[in-house]
Amino acid sequence: MSTAVLERPQAHSASEAAINCRVSKIFYGKFLAVRDSDVLIEKGKITGFIGPSGCGKSTVLRSLNRMNDLIKGFRLEGEVDFLGQDIYAKGVDPVVVRRHIGMVFQQPNPFSMSIYDNVAFGLKLNRYKGDIEEKVEHALRRAALWDEVKDKLKASGLSLSGGQQQRLCIARAVATQPAVLLMDEPCSALDPIATRRVEELMLELKDDYTIALVTHNMQQARRVADVTAFFSVDISRGGRTGYLVEMGQTDQIFEDPHEQLTKEYIRGDFS
Amino acid sequence: MMAKAAKIQDRRQSRPAPSKKFNLRRNVLELRSLRNVFLTAGACLVAALGAVPLISVLYMLVVKGGARLNLELFTELPPAGFEQGGGIGNAIQGTLATVAIASAISIPIAILAAIYLAEFRPEGPTSALARFLSKVLTGFPSILAGVFVYAAVVLLMGGYSALAGGVALAVLMLPTVTLTAEGAMRMVPQRMKDAAIGMGCTKTQVVWHVTLPTALPSIVTGVILAVARVAGESAPLLFTALFSNYWLRSVREPTASLSILIYNFSSMPFENQIELAWAASLVLVLIVLTFNILSRFIGRPQV
Repeated sequence: MSTAVLERPQAHSASEAAINCRVSKIFYGKFLAVRDSDVLIEKGKITGFIGPSGCGKSTVLRSLNRMNDLIKGFRLEGEVDFLGQDIYAKGVDPVVVRRHIGMVFQQPNPFSMSIYDNVAFGLKLNRYKGDIEEKVEHALRRAALWDEVKDKLKASGLSLSGGQQQRLCIARAVATQPAVLLMDEPCSALDPIATRRVEELMLELKDDYTIALVTHNMQQARRVADVTAFFSVDISRGGRTGYLVEMGQTDQIFEDPHEQLTKEYIRGDFS
Repeated sequence: MMAKAAKIQDRRQSRPAPSKKFNLRRNVLELRSLRNVFLTAGACLVAALGAVPLISVLYMLVVKGGARLNLELFTELPPAGFEQGGGIGNAIQGTLATVAIASAISIPIAILAAIYLAEFRPEGPTSALARFLSKVLTGFPSILAGVFVYAAVVLLMGGYSALAGGVALAVLMLPTVTLTAEGAMRMVPQRMKDAAIGMGCTKTQVVWHVTLPTALPSIVTGVILAVARVAGESAPLLFTALFSNYWLRSVREPTASLSILIYNFSSMPFENQIELAWAASLVLVLIVLTFNILSRFIGRPQV
């Protein structure tokens, strides 16, 4: 693992890897969706994935906790190293992987149960023995939602506004304290004010969590991500195959990209 | 604020005179308007016509059966020909018992089948076949369900019984409950299931903690409607539960039921029994109606 880290671009060789993803190919059936994408998710940082539609950024993200296993014909060549273990190795239980690598989705998706039960869901699932009430409150505070819902914890999670629902989903995800939090365009269904709150939340959560964030919004990556990975889509060989163009500190990617393609994308030549 | 209001006022006053070129007023004599009026009236008429049988039956039941709607009706056994008074207590008991047996048999099987169809194998030949057979079974003549259970249970057990009646009704409930439960589970948004999977749920946990609770109101509605439907069945009970003039003491005995009692007593020459048949009809309708109303309340979206 250490050698792999050393081979990476100088910028982030110093910090520790939470997930070291070395994808050489991802297929959906016969369709090659992503190729050659080595992404290093560093501990305690926010890693932003940006790129045009169809560039495979979501596919890569969802491969990091084996959510893609649900899709028929999904096949990954390469490995995804999570703290020293390849999560695609034989004998690895995807269910256990997902308990350590949590996920927040594009559409807020609270369960049709009370706010309290939504947050307590993962704790009960893991047969948490301690004070669930305290944990729920902590998670809701962490997600900056406590003040808004403390008087109606019994109300349905679906009765909240979109932005609140998304923060509820974040509370639900952090309640079990996963090692890594994957966020798949968490703000794309939210209005600007709710987006801002979720972004602030991400920055706060950074102290305790490692976050990987897919965003369609370049400016969002610029605002919150420490490290940015730029993906693009290669249509030269007939298909539409996504790949990692360049990855580095966010400032470097936005101000001094090494690749011409990155420069054009940042400038807004294509999207 | 004030300035804005003034501006709007200003704009209103300065609106130009209506154009002659575009007439936006409604013309009642236009063909389109006439057709609209005609079709609306027609639709109302047909809707009213559809309600006539229901209203008239309810009216007749209340008028003819309402008089006997007292405590005796529920607590007494049916009278013999020349007796006065009496009730339909054992028929109510029998109907409730057979329906309960039918539910106990069919609901678990139907829900498990629905879980398989909706969650574990939505596609594939087994599911396609099961779904097709369920649909066929929904339209299955109820008397044939009775004949089937006569052969499968009555002959085997050596006699008519409440249990056999329950099995026959279960056969009728099974496809409806399966298909409605499957539909209800399919309506649970995929993103909710994704959320559960993303939290590290196994397939079983997803079904148990997310899909089933979310779909429960609709499933309960389906169950109640199925129960309401079989509560009024008579044909399948003829061959299975038969009838009895006494209280039901064991599920291995034949039992009375409201529908069969209505059938029996309505063709009797005795006024008292005919009155009881009316009262039993009213009770049966009220039971079914209660179930239907119940299903409306439970099936309401929980949000």
